[in-house]
Amino acid sequence: MDKFYHSVHLDEKLCRGCINCIKRCPTQAIRVRNGKARINSKFCIDCGECIRVCPHHAKQASYDSLDTMKTYQYTVALPAPSLYSQFNNLEDVNILLNALLLLGFDDVMEVSAAAELVSEATREYLAEHQENLPMISTACPSVVRLIRVRFPNLIPHLLPLNPPVEVAACMAAKKAMEETGLKREDIGICFISPCPSKVTYARTPLGVQTSQIDRVFAIKDVYPRLLSCMKAVGEDPKEIGTSGKIGISWGRSGGEAGGLFTESYLAADGIENVIRVLEDLEDQKFTNLQFVELDACSGGCVGGVLTVENPYVAEVKLKRLRKYMPVARSHMDVEHTEEYMRWTGNVDFEPVFSLGQNIMESFAKLNQVERLLGRLPGLDCGSCGAPTCKALAEDIARGEAREEDCVYYLRESLHKLSTEVSRLADDMAAGEKDGKETLRLLKEYIQKISDDMAKLDEEKR
Amino acid sequence: MEAIVLKYEISPDDFTRAGEASSDVKNKLKQMGVAPEAVRKVAIAMYEGEINMVIHAKGGEITVTITPEKIVMELADVGPGIPDVELAMQAGYSTAPDEIRSLGFGAGMGLPNMKKYSDDMKIDTEVGVGTTITMVVNL
Repeated sequence: MDKFYHSVHLDEKLCRGCINCIKRCPTQAIRVRNGKARINSKFCIDCGECIRVCPHHAKQASYDSLDTMKTYQYTVALPAPSLYSQFNNLEDVNILLNALLLLGFDDVMEVSAAAELVSEATREYLAEHQENLPMISTACPSVVRLIRVRFPNLIPHLLPLNPPVEVAACMAAKKAMEETGLKREDIGICFISPCPSKVTYARTPLGVQTSQIDRVFAIKDVYPRLLSCMKAVGEDPKEIGTSGKIGISWGRSGGEAGGLFTESYLAADGIENVIRVLEDLEDQKFTNLQFVELDACSGGCVGGVLTVENPYVAEVKLKRLRKYMPVARSHMDVEHTEEYMRWTGNVDFEPVFSLGQNIMESFAKLNQVERLLGRLPGLDCGSCGAPTCKALAEDIARGEAREEDCVYYLRESLHKLSTEVSRLADDMAAGEKDGKETLRLLKEYIQKISDDMAKLDEEKR
Repeated sequence: MEAIVLKYEISPDDFTRAGEASSDVKNKLKQMGVAPEAVRKVAIAMYEGEINMVIHAKGGEITVTITPEKIVMELADVGPGIPDVELAMQAGYSTAPDEIRSLGFGAGMGLPNMKKYSDDMKIDTEVGVGTTITMVVNL
């Protein structure tokens, strides 16, 4: 699988080539070319911001359809903690968990239960590794991808533990095989996800070779079906839930850090805020921090683009739900959990933002960018298809755009040419100079003008 | 090939903008594909210097010269000057007033960190005239 696999893609038919997504992409991964948005797969971190802002719904997330459940003999649902926050007046998680069984899943393994194990393992890891603090959470795949391409100095600070969903998937697969005697390929481990970033994780995980997650469903797809199933769950639902406050809280920003029993943590949410924190971390502006929790979405996982509820309302619901829960209900004494926890692979720096192949070439290109910046208007209008004049300058240096892509540059060029044309026409009328030569020049300039005009038309297409 | 010369005006007493210059340089070095460790050194050394100019010197000008071999950062101000350079270089020594310390700055690690993270540092200072600090990070 391509190491730059993505779960965010474009529906060309719907794209009108506006500048909303290019302006909001935190890694400047999108350009409008020939009237359609193009995502640079090396820069994209699957944060889903473009899905959120596209007014034409042309940016879409890839995830599995619920029908794919039928391809397995036995299925296990892995509900994300954020799923619990989507319903009004949900007082008992068991109603939701039993509804998942009614929906057709054979078993349920709560991601929040695995989250409590990860919290425990993180506490142990921090106690044993005081030399490399702060550790940065690796639960949000977009954040890990962002660090991989942009913050090489922070890679050693990544917490080398699998995210709760992976631990839950490992546990669920083992349990299902033991209980049913089925082969692994006949069992479908299905994550019900708040975001497309987890789809990317399931296909191309970082930290482990392959993920145990077989299918990723969207909360927004499962939601309407769950509502009717929840009504069908009786008065006294079977006790399935095995997680407490700590596990459920992972669904919102600060929840993961809160489970570490330390005050020395920082939790930031929203991709722009996350980038600011990473920049400052890189410059060593924080001292005495044990842990840094970063979530690409505002509010944490409850803010994922595949959820249905407003993230801040969802947070309130999560708070109410956990009010009468015990602190934690799942512990590391479960067999094999240790081996499901640790990373088995490394995360390597991918210098995708380098301008050239080597330092000399990059230096030359950086030089070119600086010179170009002096000529471009600095309006960051986006009309060229790049989010800023600087991004256009970088594209030109990379050989992926031309100066004429800038409408202001083009206008200037047209202006100069038309001045020349009228001067030549005046010369001809006055009968000065060689008439034939002037006529030739005049034709040449007119040709240039129509070439430039053609470029403008090209932009519109 | 000609060097890339970047100039930054540092405004006095503006903590919200302090760090903008070092951040810009850092991102350019990343685009240049400079080794992460060297990027880190430049970012930390320059940020410390930038903050010092904001706190002590009522701003100034930073000139960064980038070549494929090295980064030279020249931080020039017309501030009060440093009366005792040796003392100022000691870790923990600080003349920052309380209101600066309450912002979390002024731990007395500015100059020591600048020295620590640069490969070469020269301080040219005169009381009442100003200070120019030149730091070099080799690539």
